[in-house]
Formats: sequence, structure tokens, C-alpha cells
Amino acid sequence: MPVNSTHYLFLSLLLFSIGIMGALMRRNAIIIFMCIELMLNAVNLLLVAFSKIYGDADAQLFVFFIMVVAAAEVAVGLAIIVMMYRKVHSVDINILNRLKH
Amino acid sequence: MDIYDILFWVLSAMAVSCALGVILSRNPVNSVMFLILTFFAISGHYILMNAQFLAIVNIIVYAGAIMVLFLFVIMLMNLNADVEPQKGQLVQLAGVISGGVLFLVVLAGIKSARPIAIDKTASDIGLISNLGKVLFTKYVLPFEISSVLFLSAMIGAIVIGKKEEARPIAPRDEEL
Repeated sequence: MPVNSTHYLFLSLLLFSIGIMGALMRRNAIIIFMCIELMLNAVNLLLVAFSKIYGDADAQLFVFFIMVVAAAEVAVGLAIIVMMYRKVHSVDINILNRLKH
Repeated sequence: MDIYDILFWVLSAMAVSCALGVILSRNPVNSVMFLILTFFAISGHYILMNAQFLAIVNIIVYAGAIMVLFLFVIMLMNLNADVEPQKGQLVQLAGVISGGVLFLVVLAGIKSARPIAIDKTASDIGLISNLGKVLFTKYVLPFEISSVLFLSAMIGAIVIGKKEEARPIAPRDEEL
């Protein structure tokens, strides 16, 4: 069976679900952050696939902007994680429980 | 099975297995390495789909810059498998089940989607001249706004990452 759009849908869905599972399973804040990057990349892959299918360059520019936003997000997010590590000497997100009190 | 299909299956297997390695490996450094491999597999997909510019940007920005940043932070904090916090078995099982349920629900949704054949001949929409034309005509405003976003992210990262003991007069910028 030749590769068609459904294959790409399944592949990105699989990668996205793996990202969701990782974000829910792990307690390390950095790993959770990496899983978010994985989910962003799954979406990027699907956008590029449909750009190829419909012969439209707009989707590839959306991927470009997603990468821009992801880079900015990583800079701020890692700064927050470093700050948290400085305060509590751990990257365990369960420590952030105490924010609710 | 032509060469496109074979490459698709090889790259997909590599992407999915490395993504599983990201969430299953105990050592955070190994997770970063697996994620870099996943990004390389996704870049391979981009090349396969004639999105050469995005493939290169993906390698430079993601595998190059962002993952090196992650690696720096992990090594700065001296994290390894021993100090890695673990969730209880029940919470991990709950995470896997909820991820799997999401997978099944969306799978049921896209199962009935009409498959669209992919034109496997080379096209030039992913080349940098074509993308540049669209970027600087149709999407020039978002492009300029993203520069403001980067500026604010830069300032935000510096402000958040700064040490607490701010000197009252002329603090040295030792963070840079």
C-alpha cells in the first residue's frame, strides 16, 4: 500500500500520544518540557505532510513560526526551571504542589 | 513499495522508537540524545517531502540549539539516573492509559478519513526562494511580530534567570 495522507496522520498521532504519555508519566520538569517539544514536532510533521499533499507553501511557513515560538518558549521555560532548581534544589514537579497553599 | 515508501517506514520506525526512548529512559541525558535522534528522523521526513529548508532549520534550531540548551541545563544541575524523581506505578499507569485513550479516540476519528494520495515527484514549494517570497509578502507582519516575541523572550529569560541579590547601584551583568 503506497504511503498516503492517512499514514502521516497515524504517525503524527502516535508521536503526539507518546508526548502526552511522557508528560503525564514523568516527574522531571526537563523531561516534561522535552515531551512538549516532541508534541510540537508531531504537529509540524503533519503540517508539512499536508503542505506536500496540497502543494501549498503556507503550511511550511506555519511550521517555521511554530519553531520560532518553540525557541522563545524554551528560552523562558529553561530559565524558569533553572530558577526553580536554584530555589528548591530539585526539578521534581511535585514540589510545586505547595503553590496551591 | 518504491524507495519513498521504504524510507517512510524506516524513518517512522526510527522516530517512534526514539520517541519511546525519550519517555522511557531513566537518565535525562539519554532522553536528550533520543530526542535529538527523533528530530533527525523528522528532518528525514521533511527531506522526503521536499521541505529541504525546514529540514535544515529543524536540525539547526532544534537538534542544534534547543537540545544543546537542554543538555547544558541538565549538566549544570548534575542530573543523572540516581537523583531522577520517579512517580509511583499507579500514576505512571494512569498516564499511559490516558495517553492511550487519547490515541484511540483520535484514531477512531481519523480511521474514516479519506486517504489522499501523495504526489511523490519532486516539487519546489519547500525551497528557500519560494518560501522566502511567501514569507516576505503574505506573512511579513507575523514575521516582524516574531522579532518582538524573541526580544521579549530574551529579556524575560535574563530577568528570570538573574540572581536574587540585586545590587542597588549598577549591578554587573555577570549572567551574560
